[in-house]
Amino acid sequence: MLYSYIGYYSLIFGLIISLPIFFYSIKNFRNEDTLDYKIISFSFIQLFLVVVSFLGLVFSFIYSDFSNETVFNNSHTTKPLFYKISGTWGNHEGSLLLWLVVLTLFIFLFLIKSKDLLKKYRILTLLFQQIIIIGFFVFLIKSSSPFNYIFPVPEEGLGLNPILQDPALAIHPPVLYLGYVGSSIIFSSALAATTLNYISKTWALHIKNWVLISWIFLTLGILLGSVWAYYELGWGGFWFWDPVENVSLMPWLSLTTLLHCILVLEKRSALSSWTIILSIATFTLSMCGTFLVRSGILNSVHTFANDPERGLFILTFLFVLIFISLIIFFVFHKSDNQKSDSFFLLSKETSILVNNWFMMYFLSVVLIGTIYPIFLDVISSQKISIGPPFYHKLIIPFLIPFLIFMVIGPQLNWIKSGLEKKKYLVLFFFISLLISFFIIKNLKINFLFNTVLIGSAFFLFFTTIKQFFLKGFKNIQQNIAHFGFSLLILSILFNNIFSTELITNLKVGESFKNNRFEIVFDDLKKFQKKNYISFKGNFSIRENEIEDNLEPELRIYNQPNIITSEADIKTTLFTDKFITINTVQNQEYFNVRYQVKPFMLWIWISVLLICLGGLISLFKKKYE
Amino acid sequence: MSNRIIYFLLIIFFIFVYVTFYKGLNKSNLYTPNSNEMSIPEFSSKTLFKKKIFNTKKIFNKEKFYLLNIWASWCVPCRDEHPFLINLGKNKKIEIIGLNYKDDHNNAKKFINELGNPYSIILLDRSGTKAIELGAIGVPETFLIHKNKIIKRYFGPLNSKLIEEIESYIR
Repeated sequence: MLYSYIGYYSLIFGLIISLPIFFYSIKNFRNEDTLDYKIISFSFIQLFLVVVSFLGLVFSFIYSDFSNETVFNNSHTTKPLFYKISGTWGNHEGSLLLWLVVLTLFIFLFLIKSKDLLKKYRILTLLFQQIIIIGFFVFLIKSSSPFNYIFPVPEEGLGLNPILQDPALAIHPPVLYLGYVGSSIIFSSALAATTLNYISKTWALHIKNWVLISWIFLTLGILLGSVWAYYELGWGGFWFWDPVENVSLMPWLSLTTLLHCILVLEKRSALSSWTIILSIATFTLSMCGTFLVRSGILNSVHTFANDPERGLFILTFLFVLIFISLIIFFVFHKSDNQKSDSFFLLSKETSILVNNWFMMYFLSVVLIGTIYPIFLDVISSQKISIGPPFYHKLIIPFLIPFLIFMVIGPQLNWIKSGLEKKKYLVLFFFISLLISFFIIKNLKINFLFNTVLIGSAFFLFFTTIKQFFLKGFKNIQQNIAHFGFSLLILSILFNNIFSTELITNLKVGESFKNNRFEIVFDDLKKFQKKNYISFKGNFSIRENEIEDNLEPELRIYNQPNIITSEADIKTTLFTDKFITINTVQNQEYFNVRYQVKPFMLWIWISVLLICLGGLISLFKKKYE
Repeated sequence: MSNRIIYFLLIIFFIFVYVTFYKGLNKSNLYTPNSNEMSIPEFSSKTLFKKKIFNTKKIFNKEKFYLLNIWASWCVPCRDEHPFLINLGKNKKIEIIGLNYKDDHNNAKKFINELGNPYSIILLDRSGTKAIELGAIGVPETFLIHKNKIIKRYFGPLNSKLIEEIESYIR
């Protein structure tokens, strides 16, 4: 009760604080030379109030205060403490409050960290950010308050969806939000810089850190979601092209492109239109993601509530932001002195431009695949679902030239360069093709296509390795990230090509044998846990004289009453052994699904390497 | 001039996107594929006890649930499931229709006289063709029917768990 009240009223006061911030900012913008300290103080107060409000919700969850509607809907007394806390952001209302926390936190950090920049620019960024913050405050208080009171107070809550009760998923939303919301700072500051005609090398250098921070968090957030999907959903896949995964991939693609554009802006004062448009696009796509997920317009595991009113609010807000930013862009933006068509063909600028167009292509494929079904449904009432084949067909062929460009681009210099000393690249390319030829040779898959695809991935792989030796620490951040990317593509390809799967129905004591494995269902044990009953199967699997014991689990949760299947995964350096069980109609038998998935670990490692590239880039600047 | 056209087109485009999303919000995103709901094939057949000829179009058209059970006197599992059917037959919300499959009339009558009659009508399928039209793959097999559509089919004999499931459907 008490915590809900504290939370609710600090939320209201937090909104009111926006008034003095606006007032002093406008006053300060016109008159003085230095930034008024009051603005920073008020920003801090706003941050403080939002954090208090958030803690209010956290404590309501910890003490299972069921007079709070959000707690009632998403918690239960038997839930472990850790998941009570993570339940705070495992729902629509709480996750929006978390958005607000991150929004206010980031603008406060921005104000502190930008002391040596133009005053007007700082204030204008703050004002744009305040528009977003106020939008979220109003949305939160008006249509999705986390502090609604219910009377009479229920004895027990409805519980958190068990598939969300998982450590990776407990931290997945906050990490992803840091990425999403970080892009709001980029958005506001790009608009402010455009208005003041401040798009310059200094600005690029300053905003690059924010781009890196959001990019790292977004990458990690996507990784966590993917890891969770892999071992929790029990399908043995890590990426399903689910609309909700796509909406996190789209800002990532746009942010990655932005990261490359910023480099050109920083070094060559060019591509400023690209930079501005991408800054706007990244945040708009993040918001669009929130809209698609929260409004219930899409059906997915992430959809918390189907409430058109909420959707309408975000939708309108989103389009208001788009219109404001487009107007600012068209009215204030002056194009570069350095036209992009003046770039020399063989130069880093050109290859980044090529990279941009590739990324835009990938982005549009994902965007169309995600929202086309909605459009089709509205216009012609046809329901379709766009699945992996669409994305694979449109994306994979274009990976070949993309990978080759990733090899060539970083080899080139800024402004102008030749290819004199690059003859070894041709040699590398043929070696890569040869290796991939020997790998593909005996497999029954499309020969030519796969050879070239794997060949170009190897090409990038070897070239980046060579760069480590050749250049050492110079440009190591880019090299690590690109190396990680080649490793990612290789692992995904090998994972797809060499995965094997076996599905059979077994009961205790039975065994199944084919020419590769023998699976024996040894035992089934029943455990009573705090909030679920667990059935743990014991399987021994023999392959090439190696025996493994795997214990997949079925959990029957009491609140809400849901059965989840917990995979048991034996991870080694090169393969994952993955087993799940499921009930079948006939009680004694279990549906057993056993998969051998090579290079799974390397998919995660390579994404971490890509992140590491970003991290190094972030910290390297400070030491230099 | 060309810039103005671009602004104009962009604005039109975003308005279009907005309107589409707005309309999309109010649409239900639940989708049930049609393939789960088979309609019942039309055929006429004699019945075991009555002399009348029944057409399937006429039988399943009331606002209630029907259970179409394919059985035969020579089928051992049918004997096992029979008591469940008799119990379920006491429920007024559901009407059980039998389809006697490739059976001898006298044996079928003996079976019913011995074990009781849960069926309101017993259709005859001497040649087994009607079962094929229903898409049945063996005896016993049971179809749950509502509003002239097959909403669920059960292969093999019914047991207490499946009966509970059926009861939860008609509740």
